Amino acid sequence: MSAVGQDIEKLVKREYKEGFYTEIDSDTFPPGLDENVVRAISRKKEEPEFMLEWRLKAFRRWQRMEEPRWAHLRFPKIDYQSISYFSAPKGERPKSLDEVDPKLLETYEKLGIPLEEQKALAGVAVDAVFDSVSVATTFREKLADAGVIFCPISEALQEYPELVREYIGGVVPAADNYFAALNSAVFSDGSFVYIPKGVRCPMELSTYFRINEMNTGQFERTLIVAEEGSYVSYLEGCTAPMRDENQLHAAVVELVAKENAQIKYSTVQNWYPGDEQGRGGVYNLVTKRGACRGANSKISWTQIETGSAITQKYPSVVLEGDNSIGEFYSVALTNNMQQADTGTKMIHVGKNTRSTIISKGISASRGQNTYRGLVKIVKGADNARNYSRCDSLLIGNHCGAHTFPYLESKNPSARIEHEATTSKISEDQLFYCMQRGLNEEDAVSLIVNGFCKEVFRELPMEFAVEARKLLEISLEGAVG
Amino acid sequence: MLSIDNLHVRIDGKAILKGIDLDVGSGEVHAIMGPNGSGKSTLANVLAGRENFDVTQGEVKYLGEDLLALPSDERACKGVFLAFQYPVEIPGVSNVYLLKAAVNARRKYHGEKAIAAGEFLKLVKEKVKMVDMKEEFLQRAVNEGFSGGEKKRNEIFQMAVLEPTLAILDETDSGLDIDAMKIVADGVNALRREDRSMIVVTHYQRLLDYIVPDRVHVLADGRIVKFGDKNLALELEKEGYGWIRDRLEREPGAATR
Repeated sequence: MSAVGQDIEKLVKREYKEGFYTEIDSDTFPPGLDENVVRAISRKKEEPEFMLEWRLKAFRRWQRMEEPRWAHLRFPKIDYQSISYFSAPKGERPKSLDEVDPKLLETYEKLGIPLEEQKALAGVAVDAVFDSVSVATTFREKLADAGVIFCPISEALQEYPELVREYIGGVVPAADNYFAALNSAVFSDGSFVYIPKGVRCPMELSTYFRINEMNTGQFERTLIVAEEGSYVSYLEGCTAPMRDENQLHAAVVELVAKENAQIKYSTVQNWYPGDEQGRGGVYNLVTKRGACRGANSKISWTQIETGSAITQKYPSVVLEGDNSIGEFYSVALTNNMQQADTGTKMIHVGKNTRSTIISKGISASRGQNTYRGLVKIVKGADNARNYSRCDSLLIGNHCGAHTFPYLESKNPSARIEHEATTSKISEDQLFYCMQRGLNEEDAVSLIVNGFCKEVFRELPMEFAVEARKLLEISLEGAVG
Repeated sequence: MLSIDNLHVRIDGKAILKGIDLDVGSGEVHAIMGPNGSGKSTLANVLAGRENFDVTQGEVKYLGEDLLALPSDERACKGVFLAFQYPVEIPGVSNVYLLKAAVNARRKYHGEKAIAAGEFLKLVKEKVKMVDMKEEFLQRAVNEGFSGGEKKRNEIFQMAVLEPTLAILDETDSGLDIDAMKIVADGVNALRREDRSMIVVTHYQRLLDYIVPDRVHVLADGRIVKFGDKNLALELEKEGYGWIRDRLEREPGAATR
């Protein structure tokens, strides 16, 4: 390997700034999982009876299921009895921001998410989830004025039980897959969003997930319903302390878009990725799916995945309504010993449905990055169209990039295009940038940012800058 | 400004430059001509700091400093600019984005603060006119989908913005039609200054009709075999490079210095 190549390897070491732990008294369940734990979670949340029944049904199904191992991922078997399924800061849930423990406010401030409304990013409402509970939700009154419901799902189950009941499990059924079933049984919190007919949500909505306690799994559940002609843009961010043990994060996200409604869902995932030797890090095993229920509806997923030791997720869209649109824009970075198997499913059911898939995989050091995607066109989906583009960028000589596109078309009028490229940062590109005065680190980051541009421009503006910075940090080396 | 003394360079063990001596004074324009494979591009790249070469002997002083000891980015920050023979494409990175990063890298190196957005925009809008390109050229990804002529013009545009002390033009005329060459040459001529030296590497004489050099050096088989004033270029045009080869065969190792 050339000198330049070796230098690139050096460059891709990272520092994980979010790896601190907050000392706070917690009410944490002892490790272990059985029906009593499921009942106890439901009791803690003071849930209506139907929810407990739903959880127990999911739990019984889960017990009969096998952990899936078909992805291009290698990690030891998870011991589900060694995990604690509930942890929350002690005390009553604060009724307003003034009652929130200052230590928690400080934690979020340190993470760059100030919860006091006067300090917060203008135009962004935040739901802050800490281990198993939501600790604060900002700008609720302003949103309520517009008729928008944005609250922890546990609260929605008390305040709007019928609304939750109508939609929960409607897109991702309780027993959809192993991790979705587990989540359905033990989910603790997450966000609930309801946008009434014809309303354009006046702010960006955002949930920030923080795992803090040791040996605790995080199982959040997010449900977003956009009624006819409404619009919402939603963003989630995630971090966790640095630990030598692995932690499990198994979330479920369901989106429902009715006629002429649009949902834009963005993720900046920065869970602790583990150290250079692959010790520790979060197992991020997530089910995300949206249903374009009505005609002319649109669901757009954008994800920037830089964290986690293991990532497996396929944010998908079921295009039921005629003329509905599904989009998936993804940047996945695997560095050191990180592994990711991610992509999307676009299921075309309605007529004239369209989908776009843009996936950018970056592998550095020993990282393994897999794109896996399904484009399915059912018999009645006349004139369905899909465009997919999967680009992989390799940094150094020990990483891997893999692409598994699955195409299934039962309708002869379908038009499906797929393009894929794999490239390395070339010494010519690096030399060119350096000859213009950039140091090596800035040159790599410039080239990587250029590679991801098509995805970054899909992010809400406030977060595009953050995503770019995150990518720079993730590739940060000994230099500078 | 630049003083090359007995420079020997190998690539993969093969000797490419076999003892180059060259002095370029402040404000001078030197042309380096020679047949294919004579080592012209190697010389340009070694000066700019490309790493896949072994310098086995000799030294290069630039503004009194050991140039070869500096990494390429530091050379650039100290004013060495290479206009590439084959400029690379950098997908997704706009021309202005790269240039702004380059301008600020230099400023940082010299302990200055970053350029203000407005000032930078004004600068690039002014310079892009020099190479007869529209402003939308600034927003296009670096060299991506550019024609050969556009790539070369982009190099001169970058040079105009970065204002080097020593500019090395590596076969900037290759692949250009006569109109594009005139644009490039006009750009270069506009950048000639008393405190800026240039080394123009070219295979053909025709570029030197437009960029008139102070000195012409003929490189063959890794050595400078002849030098003179601008008339030497005309002579070469008439007689070709054949006579050099003949002479090298008659008197192996002969150099006219």
